[in-house]
Amino acid sequence: MEQRNDSHRPVDVKKIQQLLDANNGARVRTWLGICSRCGLCAESCFFYLAHNRNPRLSPAYKFKATLGELYKRKGRVDWDFLQRCADIVWGECTTCKRCSMFCPFGIDVATLIATTRTILYSQGITPQGLARAVVNYRETGNQMGMSTEDFVDTCEWMAEESQDEVSGVTIPIDKKGAKYMYTVNPREPMFYPQDLAMAAKILTVAEEDWTMPSTGWDCTNLPMFAGDRALAGQVVRNMYEKAVELGVQAILITECGHAYRSALFEGPYLAGYPDGKPPVPIVHSVQLFYEYIRDGRIRIDPAKKLKEPVTYQDPCNVSRNGGLWEEGRKLVQFLAEDFRDMEPNRDHNHCCGGGGGYIPMGPEYKARRMASGRVKAEQIRATGAKIVIAPCHNCFDQLSDLNKEYQLGVKVMSLKEIICELMVIPEKFQPSDEGEGEGEKEA
Amino acid sequence: MQTWYAFLTGPALWVTFIVFLGGLVVRLAFLYGLSRERDRIFYNHMDWKWGFRSILHWLIPWGSASMRLQPVFSAVFILFHVGLLAVPLFLSAHNLLWDRAFGVSLWSMSDAWADALTIMVLGCGVFLFVRRMIRPEVRILTTAWDYSLLALTLAPFVTGFLAYHQWGPYELMMVLHVLSGEILLILIPFTKLGHMVLFFFTRAFIGFEMGARRGARAW
Repeated sequence: MEQRNDSHRPVDVKKIQQLLDANNGARVRTWLGICSRCGLCAESCFFYLAHNRNPRLSPAYKFKATLGELYKRKGRVDWDFLQRCADIVWGECTTCKRCSMFCPFGIDVATLIATTRTILYSQGITPQGLARAVVNYRETGNQMGMSTEDFVDTCEWMAEESQDEVSGVTIPIDKKGAKYMYTVNPREPMFYPQDLAMAAKILTVAEEDWTMPSTGWDCTNLPMFAGDRALAGQVVRNMYEKAVELGVQAILITECGHAYRSALFEGPYLAGYPDGKPPVPIVHSVQLFYEYIRDGRIRIDPAKKLKEPVTYQDPCNVSRNGGLWEEGRKLVQFLAEDFRDMEPNRDHNHCCGGGGGYIPMGPEYKARRMASGRVKAEQIRATGAKIVIAPCHNCFDQLSDLNKEYQLGVKVMSLKEIICELMVIPEKFQPSDEGEGEGEKEA
Repeated sequence: MQTWYAFLTGPALWVTFIVFLGGLVVRLAFLYGLSRERDRIFYNHMDWKWGFRSILHWLIPWGSASMRLQPVFSAVFILFHVGLLAVPLFLSAHNLLWDRAFGVSLWSMSDAWADALTIMVLGCGVFLFVRRMIRPEVRILTTAWDYSLLALTLAPFVTGFLAYHQWGPYELMMVLHVLSGEILLILIPFTKLGHMVLFFFTRAFIGFEMGARRGARAW
């Protein structure tokens, strides 16, 4: 299933050994050395829970059968073994990091799985969806292979469209010295350009000083999930360097989870920044939108507040791996009258089942994605909510699929969409009756 | 048998202590050096407070979500560890030996307590054995070596208990008791039993990695 082209190439044992050696630091060595095989991690994993506690899906089994075995055999493995590893590290783990919080020794299984992905990638093994994205990044700097021209055109088109609702909306491109450089998931300009329009409306109403870069605008990082660390570093550098070039104060990340994890925590390592910190601060939309409403820069029309029960999906990479669970919750409570939390929640919430590259890995993984998403579907059903807010594109797509698969009868929404529906458009931004974009209505 | 006993409690004991303590020190020093070389970047985020909180929550009974999720197993593993540490350190017979050798000794517990704790350790050990065999998620991970290490961990307790109560051949039991204790101590630095000290480091790491950087509780 996983191979990019021919299926029985010889295994490059030397390359595997190099990577095993390069990763054989104190952490990996200690983790592999002291795992006591207690099995406590099993209960933490939604794959395990969703498949009737199949012991082969416990996190310890997954790293023991892959990286553990690779070290044990000193890299002398065959093609079939690598195929089995691929099946585990891409098909049975979303690197959500929940298990590391349930392991008595805090073994960071996600790091062990990511290391295995890197080793497999070195042998030309990676899911096809990710392999395609990697080619696009390499050729165009973004995962969907969108040209700069198309991107800028889409921004202009969306700015124009938005003026029907909020006058004066512009999407400034490459504006030097702006406060925020807004970066997005290419899914937005490519398939859901209204996402750009919604962000532009919110930032305009908040009278923010922002810009969108013409290059380095893709904040996602699928090479990180494919196992191509060098390219993953390059992708982050594109974004960092553009921000430095434009002299912005911070990079603003769209409602995407792994983009935030990549930009803030893993990106600096991948890009080789010795202090482990990005060159400019990284801000996630959840944080900024929360501040806007808290500080009154965006006013929510109380009459429009959501009446139906609402629940909030903590994306792994925004909450557990991003630390924004309280901001997300407070934000939702500004927008909804009946907020119902999932159980468990916050940093202990379960992955939606679409993370770690699962969604972009493509349709051949869909059946497995739906099966392992059962835990999330049950969590949502138990809240009785009619609306699920998901500030992450992967969560959004996965929850939308789960909604159909398990007939949850919910509506999955992003924060941008709700804020746009609920916010009060100040008079100066209300479009004039003639429909002239620039017209300001005087009271 | 007398010569064996004299040898085991004489030169062999010295070797054991040197290998045990020296091995742990060397393993720690090696890992520390390696971490400065290959995991250096993570020292950027080191944070004592989060590291300490992470350790503490896993030392306090049911102080972590994971332990609360499996209360029975947690109880057993807490009692097991308490007994494993308390009996050898605070047994009065051991303290007499300390006193004779170095002129210092620790607080001693009564023999009745030691007996009770020994039975508790053995009970917990049997539970862990059975759990390894019957719980699928544990059995699939378990190798013959895991069973062997568990058996080796219990061996000094079984033999010590039999010797104290003079059940079976006393002298043989004493020899086996000292021998199994020494084997166990020698194995600690080289096996997963090294978690005796490494636990504090891995816990501190995940504590500051999740906590100091993201504010997420690793417990």
